[in-house]
Amino acid sequence: MKELILMKSGEIALKGLNRGSFEDLLIKNAKYRLRSLGKFRFFKAQSTLYAEPQDENIDLDEAVERLSQVFGIAALCRACVVEKDFDHICSQAKEYLAQDLLCANTFKVEAKRSDKSFPMKSPDICRELGGFLLEQFPHLQVDVHEPDVTVTVEIRDFAAYIHARQLPGAGGIPVGSSGKGALLISGGIDSPVAGYMMAKRGMQLCAVHFVSPPYTSDRAKLKVLQLLKQVSRYAMGIETFIVPFTHVQEEIRDHCPEEFFTIIMRRLMMQVAQAICEQTGALALITGESVGQVASQTVQAIACTDAVCQVPVFRPVIGMDKREIVAVANRIGTFETSILPYEDCCTVFTPRHPRTRPKLAEIQQAEQALDIPGLLQECLANVEKIWVTPGLELETEFA
Amino acid sequence: MREIYLDNSATSPVDPEVAAYIYDTLLHCYGNPSSLHSKGLQAQLRLDKAREQVANALGCERGCIIFTSGATEANNMALRGAVRARYKRGNRIVTTAYEHASVDHTVDQLAKEYNLQVTKVRPGADGTISPQALAQAVDERTILVSFMAVNNETGATIPVEATAALLRRKNRNLLIHSDGVQAFGKIPLKLGRSEVDLFSLSGHKLHAPKGIGSLYVRKGVHIPALTVGGEQEGGLRPGTESVPLACGLGLAAEQMCREIPAHNQLFLSLWERLRTQLQGKPGIFFNSPENAVPYINNLSVVGYRSEVLLHFLEQRGIYVSSGSACSRGAKSHVLYAMGLPEERVDSSLRISFGKYTVPEDIDALCQGLLEAQATLQRTKP
Repeated sequence: MKELILMKSGEIALKGLNRGSFEDLLIKNAKYRLRSLGKFRFFKAQSTLYAEPQDENIDLDEAVERLSQVFGIAALCRACVVEKDFDHICSQAKEYLAQDLLCANTFKVEAKRSDKSFPMKSPDICRELGGFLLEQFPHLQVDVHEPDVTVTVEIRDFAAYIHARQLPGAGGIPVGSSGKGALLISGGIDSPVAGYMMAKRGMQLCAVHFVSPPYTSDRAKLKVLQLLKQVSRYAMGIETFIVPFTHVQEEIRDHCPEEFFTIIMRRLMMQVAQAICEQTGALALITGESVGQVASQTVQAIACTDAVCQVPVFRPVIGMDKREIVAVANRIGTFETSILPYEDCCTVFTPRHPRTRPKLAEIQQAEQALDIPGLLQECLANVEKIWVTPGLELETEFA
Repeated sequence: MREIYLDNSATSPVDPEVAAYIYDTLLHCYGNPSSLHSKGLQAQLRLDKAREQVANALGCERGCIIFTSGATEANNMALRGAVRARYKRGNRIVTTAYEHASVDHTVDQLAKEYNLQVTKVRPGADGTISPQALAQAVDERTILVSFMAVNNETGATIPVEATAALLRRKNRNLLIHSDGVQAFGKIPLKLGRSEVDLFSLSGHKLHAPKGIGSLYVRKGVHIPALTVGGEQEGGLRPGTESVPLACGLGLAAEQMCREIPAHNQLFLSLWERLRTQLQGKPGIFFNSPENAVPYINNLSVVGYRSEVLLHFLEQRGIYVSSGSACSRGAKSHVLYAMGLPEERVDSSLRISFGKYTVPEDIDALCQGLLEAQATLQRTKP
């Protein structure tokens, strides 16, 4: 029995002349995620992409699982490939779906006939195949409203396809179709979600993480790599820049008023990240800020941080409640890692009473005490680069 | 004399690569995973990797994997935890009549302690239990269903994910547990998107050492711990983790899952070889049902007691099992549950293959059994 994976491209189908390049990107990303499972052949027809395994031992369930994380796919399923002949369709449906049907009480048949030269019309296929399956599995009943199993037959150009378990895809548009963005990631719940959301709108990610040894530990850095590894299942490979930040923080502590510490630190982080944008060709910064969540995320504070930015800063979770962000974090599998209790660079040196409504002029005045170009240069000179992929072995990073 | 080990469902020889990895971890990653320093981190990373390997083999997130001392502990943890979490919502447990003692006896004890009704679904004459039969036993007062994925004595299977979906449709609130000891690493499993809540597995059936196993706990399912202590394993299994053994299980799981298709080919060819040589021979009956896995074969040599046959083969360097090795000496309740006549139960042997089994092993076994018939004293009827 021959099987393959069918992927329905969603929004891409609406793109006019660019559709081809969107589909090519989607295929490239799909290939990237499936590469370690084995060889696949990809082809496309009628806003459907096909991934055909070239080796019968490939784990197709795992392949479906991975493709369900690739943006640009609206729905997908593994399907059995059948000759366009009705008797054949019946016998294969019986064999291919036996386990699903044995474990179901109710079912219905859906038929989609895009090859109009096929002699039977869709309602006829439904009725005839439904009748046949009822004979073969006498315990079943038909339920067209809420069936346990929906048997779908698609009569297409090359062949007929039978499947029973279509899954929703990740939606969005293919990663890489909207340029690159630099994600500032601390290790909390919000920034991985922010990265995921921008990747969903087609942005390729690179990541910037600040470390402050000995105030922060290797475990904190590892946690961030683990988070990025999880996000990379959706966002593909993420070039990650680990920036040592202890000296900068000590300088701010020693030379600036305590109440401005966080704002000044964030302004410096933004500048480091911008410099990394220039190096990597990223066009925007991405942060996990949500208005009013902490002192540095008031509108006034955000205005002060943005004042140093020449590139747009995307904050996709800006209007979301914590509860909503947690729901996404749970869905994409980052929540449990995010809540591991390690000190991160943002919680070191936190002022007792930060100013929630800072004025830009005051901040700029306070920063006069720092050698900002020198500090930036120092940070950039000591950056460590790690390429994070879904298959990254974290152990080797700390061997 | 060459050793012919055909008792892989009792336990299996440790893979040398697995042993080497354990040895390396034992000597070099001796840190406590909870220690804050880098020795601790090093050990934690190995443990994380092992957890991920087991999770990948089960098709789930690594946060769902709890390391235990083996499947008996995992089964106890699952069943006791499930009942303690749910006993206020209902009073029935559904299981099968052919469970391993660590499920069967635990269920009996829980039934007494919590005053629960237990339904043990019996296999049909063909030795199988259909998913429908299990579902029929479930009602709105059922709090827990526990079923064995692959039976340890006959190899009879119940499809895990599909059956769980069926059970869930019957009752939204019950907990679904499966004892997957004989299935894990040998048949493909995808628990991540399934309705399975709890799944037990053991290392020593797949060429990892004894003393290590896992319980899969579905995301969002909360059960109380059996023992109380630190925060290890999400608080479900307190105590400093056995990092080396967990690493052994992780590597063995990865190896076995990668090779499932190849091993399946091997087991099928061995199974066919066994059938061709013994099928139709007088007095020899195959007891395993049609849907059994090819790596567990139950057969009877009528007229000879299992134990005598076992020792006769042993003299030829062939190791097999009489029924389940965990309940030595006891008559097989599984074969009784199938309704087999006494003479077939008394003379039954279990032949179980592993990845190191070769065709010559089968030839030697078949020859040994035929010789046994020719030379051994028949039991008095």
